[in-house]
Amino acid sequence: MARILAVDDSASMRQMVSFTLKGAGHDVVEASDGKEALDKAKGTQVDLVLSDVNMPVMDGLTLVKELRALPSYKFTPILMLTTESTGDKKMEGKQAGATGWLVKPFNPDQLLATIKKVLG
Amino acid sequence: MGIDLSQFHQVFFEESYEGLDVMESALLNLQPDTVDSETINEIFRAAHSIKGGSGTFGFTDVAEFTHVIETLLDEIRGGTRNITSEIVDLFLQAVDCIRKLIQQHDAGEPREIPEAVELKKIFEAILSGNVSGDESVSSPEQASSVSESDVQGEDGSSGHGWKIYFKPELDILRTGNDPLRMFRELESLGSLRITADVSQVPLIGSIDPEACYMAWELELDADVSKSAVDEVFEWVVDESELRIEPLSSDDAALETRSETTPDTEIEDKESEIKMELEPTPSTPASVSKPTETVPNSKKDPSKVEVSSIRVGIDKVDDLINMVGELVITQSMLGELGLDFTMENLPRLLEGIEQLSQNTRELQESVMRIRMLPISFTFSRFPRLVHDLSRTMNKKIELKLTGEQTELDKTVMEKIGDPLVHLVRNSLDHGIEMPEDRVQAGKPETGTITLNAFHQSGNIVIQIIDDGAGLNKAKILEKAIEKGLVSENDNLSDDQVHDLIFKPGFSTADQVSDISGRGVGMDVVRRNINELNGSVEVESTEGQGSVFTIRLPLTLAILDGQLIRVGEYVYILPLISIVESIQSFQGMLHRVVGGCDLLRLRNEYVPIIKLSSIFNIKSTAQDMDDGLLVVVEGDNMKVAILIDDLEAQQQVVIKSLEENYKRVDGVSGATILGNGTVSLILDIPGLIKLAGVQRYEYKVVNSGDDCAA
Repeated sequence: MARILAVDDSASMRQMVSFTLKGAGHDVVEASDGKEALDKAKGTQVDLVLSDVNMPVMDGLTLVKELRALPSYKFTPILMLTTESTGDKKMEGKQAGATGWLVKPFNPDQLLATIKKVLG
Repeated sequence: MGIDLSQFHQVFFEESYEGLDVMESALLNLQPDTVDSETINEIFRAAHSIKGGSGTFGFTDVAEFTHVIETLLDEIRGGTRNITSEIVDLFLQAVDCIRKLIQQHDAGEPREIPEAVELKKIFEAILSGNVSGDESVSSPEQASSVSESDVQGEDGSSGHGWKIYFKPELDILRTGNDPLRMFRELESLGSLRITADVSQVPLIGSIDPEACYMAWELELDADVSKSAVDEVFEWVVDESELRIEPLSSDDAALETRSETTPDTEIEDKESEIKMELEPTPSTPASVSKPTETVPNSKKDPSKVEVSSIRVGIDKVDDLINMVGELVITQSMLGELGLDFTMENLPRLLEGIEQLSQNTRELQESVMRIRMLPISFTFSRFPRLVHDLSRTMNKKIELKLTGEQTELDKTVMEKIGDPLVHLVRNSLDHGIEMPEDRVQAGKPETGTITLNAFHQSGNIVIQIIDDGAGLNKAKILEKAIEKGLVSENDNLSDDQVHDLIFKPGFSTADQVSDISGRGVGMDVVRRNINELNGSVEVESTEGQGSVFTIRLPLTLAILDGQLIRVGEYVYILPLISIVESIQSFQGMLHRVVGGCDLLRLRNEYVPIIKLSSIFNIKSTAQDMDDGLLVVVEGDNMKVAILIDDLEAQQQVVIKSLEENYKRVDGVSGATILGNGTVSLILDIPGLIKLAGVQRYEYKVVNSGDDCAA
């Protein structure tokens, strides 16, 4: 039972993620771009952040960097939702401070398995 | 678990359509050879979202196709490839393909699209021809990251387990990773023995509490594959020292020894973490295949239209206000009615006036809900003009004005095709080839303007071009050839121009693929008439043409002309009325075969006696008493004989079919102010009922013969 911030500019993705996680008993906060996500994260402490990479206004990598600069989010697990174009993207995420990644497309079961990995 | 993903499909389809529109207009805005990075990013993100979503929801064909587009876009935004107008064109075609593929899924009938297959090959060829060493095109993986093959032993499982040395980077905790979590995960695979190496932990004075100085040796006693172990460390492997070796039976023998190893002690810090737990049932990370759901609902592919509407909050607020006012007026009237005396009459009249104003405002407010700006329809034209002008090798600029003019959503949906046809017509026959324009002293680039505005309760849409204008001589020639007019007819310019709307008319020398097949203009007019609208053309040879479409703001309300026959009142659509004249016997001409004709200037117009068709008693005894209303319907003029013209008013169209049944000659009904039902007449239906033959009646000579 955790509070999870789900960030993606695609409404269908957010809905899928939100529905899946809520179904597993978690509390979900949604945002459609990095800036909205950052504002919401500042307003409410979350236990885990799931973020898309490509978004308008503020992209995922910038979001990670901004979050890591906040004291309360130094150690919070942050997972990038990346599409498998190249391995560089995964590395970029790590370099920005992300915990790991989940590769799109993923299905609800994979999402839950990964969440479990991270939340214990 | 089995979450049904199909509940998210509709949202995905809608956001994808929007994304495709964004891609299209961004592509049209791109100047070839300049890389406007924000625009490119916009296009990339849209493609990226569609790819991600389509993969997630199992629309593999869309995902694979879009993947290729996205890869090329990535190169362009990364600066490793230039964008050319050829590539822009290919992208535009790709947008069309993706749209079609998604529409098919939306309708529940996914099918392969040959153009998509071809285009994909072209894109792949472009990508592989690239020499700057980018990744070769690979098809997107199907949710494979977290999944590993659960074929055990494939990567050398010894069957006994694994010995792991793990030394993470100092900053591992700062990335939100936690070694203990990973160990717990390993534990779920089998029995785990851990030995900590604290040798690198500094003295307490120099410890950074956020850093990790530890290393660990782990022994996992489990019959799992190496990749299962790899997966646990997947996120940190690049920044850590990680060695994984098969646990040999020797090592297994060593187990007993390590159990008794005394705790290592550090001066200030925790000691060895020794854990041994019951082996939990081995659960190698297995994957359920992403459900390839194809929507089961058998939707009619032709009805993929969204049946919902987005309404601005302001319109809803207005509505709520109006209803509030209405309630106030109603309660005021109610109170008045409680103890009414004639003294209160002025107040009553005032109240009724108030009520009528409230109702009018409410009516307008509600109608506005269904109204959307015409930009929704105009938006398809930049692409159309762009593509067609390239096909025809003409230079054409499209201007849009009045895009915020609002009209009823349904009217807008139905006016789309006629508009397209008119614009195509201007592109094809109106605007000349660049060389011809220059020769005529015109700028090389032709201009087509789409303009929309409100005028006396209607919406007016104009298609204006600065092209060659209508060729009067050619039109006349064709019309004579087709027998629509005779050589002796004296037609005004406007009347000649109007001939293009006659059925079967086309002045194109060859039937060009785009327009000009001759079924166009008359169908356009018929479609517009069906919307209770009208279309006309004004043209000046050599300078250009203006097509003007008039449409009512809503389909639910009609400007009607009340007519009376006997004791019945009917309604004619005002827009269909050409003129009304006093009739007298001398106008009537009889014809062998039995139809009565009205001589109207240079044409004969069939007369329809409503009293006969509807079998009602007319008060007018003969032609001298009545009125003739000349109306137009189905591209034909008829004169309807009635007793009297009554008022003109707006009427609310109620469906007769829904409340009773379909009746020929009647298009709907309404309730008049006096509470009676009045039928709205349908001209084409009346014409059929009257058995009027579709001849073109022309004046041949001053005698009374009819030529068929």
